[in-house]
Amino acid sequence: MNNLIVSTITRMVVPFIQLYGIYIILHGHISPGGGFSGGALIGTSLILYTLVFGVKKAEKKFSHRVSEIAESGGILLYIAVGLIGMIVAGSFLTNLGAGFPKGTPGELISAGMIPILMIGIGIKVASTMITLFHTLIEEEDV
Amino acid sequence: MKKRLKTILFLTLFAVLAYNILEMPRGGDINSPAYNEATEHFIEKSESETGAINIIGAILTDYRAFDTLGETIVLFTSIVAVVSVLRPDAKPESEGKTRKEEMEDAS
Repeated sequence: MNNLIVSTITRMVVPFIQLYGIYIILHGHISPGGGFSGGALIGTSLILYTLVFGVKKAEKKFSHRVSEIAESGGILLYIAVGLIGMIVAGSFLTNLGAGFPKGTPGELISAGMIPILMIGIGIKVASTMITLFHTLIEEEDV
Repeated sequence: MKKRLKTILFLTLFAVLAYNILEMPRGGDINSPAYNEATEHFIEKSESETGAINIIGAILTDYRAFDTLGETIVLFTSIVAVVSVLRPDAKPESEGKTRKEEMEDAS
């Protein structure tokens, strides 16, 4: 899109959207939100970037290689945390029983494995949204 | 005739469903079956059992974490399906044919 206003505003706004998405993901155990909504915010900011600057420029920011790593990395992080619970406490995805620190409820680092799982879900949702969009848009060009 | 039959069938089904909705418990009703000991347990003990003050987050990623893993796998499967059907032509020409060439050969 060759519009100066749109491209300038997008360049200014995208970092704030992504920062807000990261905030929502990291505060998933304290305030409303969590991995799904925060990941959707980050994915939407990248979709906005693609819409304004085109697929070629966006591919440099978020290539297929990165999306492969993010796709499998998010889910592997989730399963790895679950397996820690299985090894230590005997059942899959055990939280405090598996020795994850509880911390003070209400603080950023608390609630054991919940923030780690939220980060995994967030990475997964963000990369799913942007990969779907890129794949569909590229198909149209051919 | 067929159209009239269809209309009567759908109106009957609509009446049954609407009657069922009227029979459902009101929101916030203390006698509603959704308000049972599981709700009380989550409200009273989720903070001490998980350390998270967001009850929904605690349910999503602690009590029902395996369910959330299923949701994540659904996302993973969807992306695998989409990429395998509409795969991006990332391969150079030396490595086999691209999707477009394959379709041209087939037709």
